Amino acid sequence: MHPAFSVIFLTTLIGAGQGLFLALYTGQVYAVFDVLPVQDPVNFYALGSLIALLLLVAGLISSFLHLGRPERAWRSAARWRTSWLSREVIVLPAFMGTVAAWGLLHYLAWNPLLFSFRGTFGIDLSMVIGAVGTLLAFALYLCTGMIYACIKQLQEWATPLTVLNYTLFGLASGFLLATAFANSRGAGLVDFLGGWAIFATVVAFVTRAASLIRNARLKPKSTLGTAIGVRHSKLEQKSQGFMTGSFNTREFFHGASPRKFLFVKWLFLLLVFPVPLALASAGIAAESTGLLLAAFLTQYVGLLAERWFFFAQANHPQNLYYQTV
Amino acid sequence: MTQLALVIDLNVCVGCQACVTSCKEWNTSGTAGPMADMNPFGKDPTGTFFNRVQTFEVGTYPNTETVHFPKSCLHCEDPPCVPVCPTGASYKREEDGIVLVDNDKCIGCKYCSWACPYGVRELDEHQKIMTKCTLCVDRIYDESLPENERKPACVNACPTNARLFGDVNDPESEVSAAIREQGGYQLMPEWGTKPANHYLPRRKARITIHEDELIRADNPLRKERHLPMPDADDPTLDETTSW
Ligand code: SF4
Ligand code: SF4
Repeated sequence: MHPAFSVIFLTTLIGAGQGLFLALYTGQVYAVFDVLPVQDPVNFYALGSLIALLLLVAGLISSFLHLGRPERAWRSAARWRTSWLSREVIVLPAFMGTVAAWGLLHYLAWNPLLFSFRGTFGIDLSMVIGAVGTLLAFALYLCTGMIYACIKQLQEWATPLTVLNYTLFGLASGFLLATAFANSRGAGLVDFLGGWAIFATVVAFVTRAASLIRNARLKPKSTLGTAIGVRHSKLEQKSQGFMTGSFNTREFFHGASPRKFLFVKWLFLLLVFPVPLALASAGIAAESTGLLLAAFLTQYVGLLAERWFFFAQANHPQNLYYQTV
Repeated sequence: MTQLALVIDLNVCVGCQACVTSCKEWNTSGTAGPMADMNPFGKDPTGTFFNRVQTFEVGTYPNTETVHFPKSCLHCEDPPCVPVCPTGASYKREEDGIVLVDNDKCIGCKYCSWACPYGVRELDEHQKIMTKCTLCVDRIYDESLPENERKPACVNACPTNARLFGDVNDPESEVSAAIREQGGYQLMPEWGTKPANHYLPRRKARITIHEDELIRADNPLRKERHLPMPDADDPTLDETTSW
């Protein structure tokens, strides 16, 4: 498939935005149970959710660039019963709204206690909104992943690993960003968030490696024989019916040389996993926002490469029909 | 339930591209058009087509065979392109099984083209919406046309009659009979899309001849001669008498 930058930015930006929100909210939940220190509502929660929101908005803008007719985008909420894309289109704004509400509650310091358990800990409104946001964040990971995983004939994508990878990469980058943010604004959260960021990165390495191994062993179900229905071991296309490009030759081929393809693969394996892990560990130890931010940015660039590779690696059976000019 | 479709006879198709041009000619000015050509006289011309004819070679020289292969939307009975569409612009008509794109609803997200295994949907660069074969839905029901022209433009254009059009769910139809009797098959059955369009394979008439059938064993004169039998290249009675 041809890697479209609009989609690459969309999926990486919202993934990180979701992860960042989940990190902030996890901190809040732990604080309720007195496991972690309570943070400043404006300086930490409100500002943090603003950053998450900015990432989500940037992703949304980038998704519009993907559409041929962005002015009709509102129509895409219509088929949520059958289409994962439609579901994503509904869940994304819902999630953005929830993040905004959650941040606003903290900013306005309007946070009525809803109920409390025997006076030990209380559940306030922002806790409830945050819980809704958590559900939506995971639902959004599911939708984003399923958009790709549900297309049977893109065999490289049609696996639960796709959803898992999208989730874990989002969590890893979001938690990394949260760690850097907590180091500059928060109190006593760096070890906790940083630990989870490292954990998510390591698990993501395992699942992404699993999908790389799986894809290397895939045997295409479609062959030229099934594509044109002629049973012969030697089939060759002599003409695709036109001499210059068409939608089919542009949309479904990545067009990169094998060397570039391999280069991007090793680039992402390097930038998503070992480099940020090293930077993050050093950053946590040295309590350096600069190092932690560098860890996040390196991983983010790596994720752009990862997404590029994710698209380029998928081999659409329609390509069988477009082998020779 | 009616399911209109094409049956394409690969035994007859000569790859003349008449269906490609007549399709473009009809549809570019029809309800699905315009089918834009970008840069038509420039360096990299590119355009939208609903139908393409490709050419494949089977076998190794000198034992090769050329297969011309027309390819357009197959109007699948279980079309994967329809459920993925977020807007409902892609839909399959209940009444005749034609799969269409609603020009006014499509947002050009291209998702349906990913879901179609056959690469027959093309995003129109000018309109920025998805386009595909409509089975000439604006033609086949048009009562202002003479009845024998109420067929897709490609079917009318084909000089060798390689394209049949009709209801593949009606066992009595010409297309059903052709599929049944001449080995009609579907493309990429492995994806469970149940394409409505079928292809008829290349067919060869072969008879098996055994060696003794080449000898005039039925020559009565030879039969009655005394053994041993004469050589096979000795003249037979027919040959001696006919000159
Ligand atoms: S051939 Fe492709 S576009 Fe046509 S109905 Fe089947 S899946 Fe949809
Ligand atoms: S390109 Fe148009 S028809 Fe295809 S899935 Fe998107 S909105 Fe639907």
